[in-house]
Amino acid sequence: MPDEPQVVEPPEPKQLIAPGYTFGSVTDQIATVVLTGRTPVFWLACFSVGLALLFLFLYAVALLLAKGVGIWGIRVPVMWGFAITNFVWWIGIGHAGTLISAILLLLNQRWRNSINRFAEAMTLFAVACAGMFPLLHLGRPWLFYWLFPYPNTMNVQPQFRSPLVWDVFAVSTYATVSFLFWFVGLLPDLATLRDRTLNRFARFAYGILAMGWRGSARHWSIYETASLLLAGLATPLVLSVHTVVSFDFTIAIVPGWHSTFFPPYFVAGAIYSGFAMVLALAIPLRAVYGLQGLITDKHLDNSAKVMLATGLIVAYAYILETFTAWYSGNVYEGAAIWNRMTGPYAPAYWMLISCNIILPQALWFKSIRSRPVLLFIWSMIVLTGMWLERYVIIVSSLAQDFLTSSWSIFVPTRWDWATYFGTIGLFLFLFFAFIRLLPMISIFEVRTLLPQAKVEEEVQG
Amino acid sequence: MSDSPKKLDLAEVRESLAKAARGSGREYWRSLEHLAATPEFEELLEREFPRQAIGWSEDEDRAQGRRNFLKLMGASLALGGLAACTRQPTEYIMPYIRQPEELVLGKPLFFATATTLNGVAHGVLAESHEGRPTKIEGNPEHPATLGACDSFSQASVLGLYDPDRAATVTQGGEIRSWAAFFDALRSALAEQKLKNGAGLRILTETVTSPTMASQVAAIQKLYPGVKWHQWEPAGPHSARAGAKQAFGQFVNTYYDLSNAQVVVALDSDFLASGPASLRYARQFSMRRRVTDANPQMNRLYVVEPMPTPTGAKADHRLALRAGDIEEFAWALATGLGVAQGPKQGENGDIYKWIGAIARDLQRNKGAGLVIAGEQQPPLVHALAHVMNADMGNVGKTVFYSDPIEANPVDQLASLQDLLNDLNAGAVDVLLILGGNPAFNAPVDFGMASAIPKARLRAHLSLYNDETSALCEWHLPEAHYLESWGDARTFDGTVSIQQPLIEPLYEGRSAIQVLQMLTESPETGGYAVVKGYWAAQHPGADFESWWRLAVHDGVIAGTALPAKTPAIQGAAISQRPASHRLGGKLEAIFRPDPTIYDGRFANNGWLQELPKPITKLTWDNAAIISPATAHRLGVESGDMLRLNYEGNSLNAPAWVQPGHIDGAVTLHLGYGRTRSGRVGNGMGFNPYGLRGSKALWHDTGLEAVKIPGQYVFASTQMDHVLDTRRHIIQSGTLEEYKKNPLSIIEGIETPEPGMTLYPPWKYEGYAWGMAIDLNACTGCSACVTACVAENNIAVVGKDQVRRSRIMHWIRVDTYYNGAINNPDIYNQPVPCMQCENAPCELVCPVQATNHSSEGLNDMVYNRCVGTRYCSNNCPYKVRRFNFYLFSDYETPSLKLLHNPDVTVRSRGVMEKCTYCVQRINYAKIEAEKQGRLVQEGDIQTSCQAACPTEAIVFGNLNDPNSRVLKMKAEKRNYGLLADLNTRPRTTYLATLRNPNPEVEG
Repeated sequence: MPDEPQVVEPPEPKQLIAPGYTFGSVTDQIATVVLTGRTPVFWLACFSVGLALLFLFLYAVALLLAKGVGIWGIRVPVMWGFAITNFVWWIGIGHAGTLISAILLLLNQRWRNSINRFAEAMTLFAVACAGMFPLLHLGRPWLFYWLFPYPNTMNVQPQFRSPLVWDVFAVSTYATVSFLFWFVGLLPDLATLRDRTLNRFARFAYGILAMGWRGSARHWSIYETASLLLAGLATPLVLSVHTVVSFDFTIAIVPGWHSTFFPPYFVAGAIYSGFAMVLALAIPLRAVYGLQGLITDKHLDNSAKVMLATGLIVAYAYILETFTAWYSGNVYEGAAIWNRMTGPYAPAYWMLISCNIILPQALWFKSIRSRPVLLFIWSMIVLTGMWLERYVIIVSSLAQDFLTSSWSIFVPTRWDWATYFGTIGLFLFLFFAFIRLLPMISIFEVRTLLPQAKVEEEVQG
Repeated sequence: MSDSPKKLDLAEVRESLAKAARGSGREYWRSLEHLAATPEFEELLEREFPRQAIGWSEDEDRAQGRRNFLKLMGASLALGGLAACTRQPTEYIMPYIRQPEELVLGKPLFFATATTLNGVAHGVLAESHEGRPTKIEGNPEHPATLGACDSFSQASVLGLYDPDRAATVTQGGEIRSWAAFFDALRSALAEQKLKNGAGLRILTETVTSPTMASQVAAIQKLYPGVKWHQWEPAGPHSARAGAKQAFGQFVNTYYDLSNAQVVVALDSDFLASGPASLRYARQFSMRRRVTDANPQMNRLYVVEPMPTPTGAKADHRLALRAGDIEEFAWALATGLGVAQGPKQGENGDIYKWIGAIARDLQRNKGAGLVIAGEQQPPLVHALAHVMNADMGNVGKTVFYSDPIEANPVDQLASLQDLLNDLNAGAVDVLLILGGNPAFNAPVDFGMASAIPKARLRAHLSLYNDETSALCEWHLPEAHYLESWGDARTFDGTVSIQQPLIEPLYEGRSAIQVLQMLTESPETGGYAVVKGYWAAQHPGADFESWWRLAVHDGVIAGTALPAKTPAIQGAAISQRPASHRLGGKLEAIFRPDPTIYDGRFANNGWLQELPKPITKLTWDNAAIISPATAHRLGVESGDMLRLNYEGNSLNAPAWVQPGHIDGAVTLHLGYGRTRSGRVGNGMGFNPYGLRGSKALWHDTGLEAVKIPGQYVFASTQMDHVLDTRRHIIQSGTLEEYKKNPLSIIEGIETPEPGMTLYPPWKYEGYAWGMAIDLNACTGCSACVTACVAENNIAVVGKDQVRRSRIMHWIRVDTYYNGAINNPDIYNQPVPCMQCENAPCELVCPVQATNHSSEGLNDMVYNRCVGTRYCSNNCPYKVRRFNFYLFSDYETPSLKLLHNPDVTVRSRGVMEKCTYCVQRINYAKIEAEKQGRLVQEGDIQTSCQAACPTEAIVFGNLNDPNSRVLKMKAEKRNYGLLADLNTRPRTTYLATLRNPNPEVEG
């Protein structure tokens, strides 16, 4: 997002974290969450919910593998339903993490240091959830590897004209880079945990994971280079992954899919929903773990502003979509948009308009942005809206395309819902496991935000 | 084998085994271990090829080695029996001892035979793969089919292999042998012999079989008191009575539409139902083959209550209640000057077109035709006879002959007679050969309670059904593909039915059972049929005559001679009865378009075949007009309680545009309770309302909305064209004559080459298809033909409801115009095999590709099931196996599959292939003869079945091909051609030939 600085005010270093922190207290506060023997009830509750939903997911997937994708509501002509909706939604959510960790790093937005760790984790887990769907939605999921170009005796390769093959590359690259970025960023903190834990097993585990990090100057030098390089690698991915995902639709001839402005529209939407998810995670976390000093209201304010900005881009896309449908004079395009607004999916469409455009306008007001509870509610609204957006684009376009004779309405089955909520469970499970086992905030990066660190820099400079 | 091993002593092993068997369970296993602990056995267990098995090698004594091998095999078997806990069933491989002549494995043979419906023959060719019939085609030499084939015949192969068919003779539910039944029958007959057969009754369906007629005659000679009854619930009762009324005798009527310029159908669906509908449809469409060179067309007026395929083809369709058609016929006869009736009436609709139609008929004397529907009352038939006679149509478009039925009777009276005898206790032996009277007799007869009054009751039928349940004996009937027989077709031509396969179960034909009553009860079906015809055709050449008759599927010269019966003076003296509704509704009973009178209820292909117009599957409904629905306050799916003559029935409403107001159409045949696993509990049973007073329609029906919702499985929800007129291009003949191109106005076909990819040059073949919408009647025979040819799975009602039907070709129905009487258009949609196929581009694994001959090939093995191709197919012709839809388990259904077509598994996409297996077969045959495939070598399955030859397939690189000529017509257009898909399947726009004198 090259125009990001216009949206985000240049940060005032002193305001980024609350006063009174020292290097030691930062480390203590963050590491204690992991190293403590006491597990908060909040964590237990969230983790249990995640685990329960994960079992639901496993059951739904077992049934799916046993019986076939017929257990879902998909049909002719709506051959893609919840699975692809969820895929696009989850991938989109992941985008905020990459944006925060890579682009904001390159742009030297230091306020990101408090939130980048768990945002990256969120990315990783969101991509894991997203990656499930393209596999599960296959008629014969056990043959998913046919989408990869691998040498085989049949000498058959994937069809490189198909956007689904592009997806394979885009998403697998994204997952790999995201993981590397996250893991490399974890190394110094893993070493910190290794050094501070009293548990032998934990020391051993963190020790292995820390890969021999000793904090030497040479380590730090290599680390800085590596993270810059990875940031450079990840930056184009923020734009490219969702662009490629949008190609799944734009390359097709389905009215309502076939349009050129999908890539920027999808990327903006992705960041929109991603920041909503960051807020949805950060607000309860900092309240429960008392991290208001590290994840300050300023962070929430900035995130809300990013949401507002990307939300406006999305709004522009809706308007443009409608305008193009009318201006093109194409009977199918016109009907597709008209059916979307007035047809069987009209409730979903107008709900998404409310969630994505109308209600988020409240974020113009500082009074809303400065109230974490309201922001949490607003982020939920945006997440719902963005899910609906994917759903409406995919399902309503397919349900009513060219030949009226084949029109049919998609109705999700309980297994559609089970799989969807199941991946939310998987996400919660992974995320809360992460919270419990790894430092959710980057210790060493937050320490650089302290005035003490600043002084040194100035001295050096 | 250098280290000469210790020889295995089988006797020792056997002894150990025997010892083991004597011990208790635990000891058994211990002793087995002990047994296996010998080095030889350990080796045997561990090595795939034990050392002894190498005894075949050359460095060993051959005899010794072989003996060792055999010993070892014995030990392996003994051990195998121990190691595996289940016993494999014994299977036999039966090679041909003498390979039948002509049979080449993998190459199908075709045999002529005939199906019957209402007793009337449809000549067919049955395709046989290594002795199992898999597919039915029309017999081109048969006058009724002319090579086409209807859905009932197509689906009969599934009926043959139906696992729910009755397999054995049962007595009170217990399995018995035929001998046991024969004993019981003979002792009953011995009793009857003393009474001259006074207590003996035979109930059959309509019989046209000369052989059966002669058998019954022989039985009647033996037992003079025997009575032969016939009952066919959907038979031409009124046509029979109408002929009697007009001519004073039973007369068979048939038509020649190839000479008819103006046709008036009085509630007659002559294009899609009735014994000669295939022939009529062919002849009718031949006069609609409008070409640039010959822009001529016949004209069709249809008056009917419920839209039918015939009504959809009409140039003028008038919706009238079934009861008002009598008045319409009367008025038309008056308009033609052959009757003195009213010229005006309460219902202005009846009279509004009379003048114009009458003048049109009069202008076309000798080339006009009035067809009365089989379900219309006798008076309408009589009026039609009178009008046709007066217009000079007899001998030109209308033909009469003696009845084709062996014993034409008023079947309602015949059944009533049987009922009286039953209730009087006069029936000792009741033989029901076919049919299901307990289910389909008029409700006021109470057949179900009367049948048990006979002492010995035997029911011969394919299924153990509702009637069988009331009969002590149930006899499994042999399918027509399993038995010898004969039957007449619409003009009397006789076909010999020959079996294609030995009876799968213990089935016997009606001829065989009737033979049990004669003096030579043991004579087989073949001998009976052949014996009868030997008596008819005496002479030295009988063998060759017989062989020819069986081979051709028709006996030449057996058509009944045409005659011209004189109209009786009192033919039309009867005035039309008043059919005022009086605030109630009219009930209209019709045979179901796909399961007929209920006999096909257990046939999944027919259940799942979308019914013409309504596109309903697996159900019937109370079909009402939009206005009536509004009046009753219901929508499609709301439940109605129908009260009529003291009976009531709960049925869901179906709102049908084009249906007449104030009437409810009920299709018979649903609501079966003992049809089998497929048909049980599907739909609801209008036989429960249908009394003997009015078999086909009557006023006095009450309908009230009751709570409840019913879920239909219709394959098409949206029928309205509105802004998408170019899906169906249509126009009038006048417009066409003025400017042929005006018919396809609005189709924007992008110039060739508007694609990034270089064009492909088709060097050899380039396959293509053209579908003439002006010929298509929407009868859906192509759909069943495709199902049969391509092993298409039946998915069931719930899956159809979820739009997961698997049909590769579908018939779309669109409405245009006013909702109470819209223009109805049918459009068969197979795969378009697009040149720029959107599906190919998006498949990530190259599972769908363009062949060098222009086909859009689907590689099932490669498909991973992303379903993207279906999303991107603008025609939505791709079908996906959401579950494992194909039946891999049922043994009898395995025989059904076409061996040339892959049975698709779960998770793969499938679609129309243009019958690529037929293309390749023809290519191989042509190559063997060193030539190219010629026009006519290949017929796709849909094309072969199509009665109107609307579907034409061929090689676009062959300048003489019909398909190329059709595509050169100015009416030719591509569906959604504006998307630049360049479809290979194109359509010829449909035309109407309205009478300018008729006003809306």
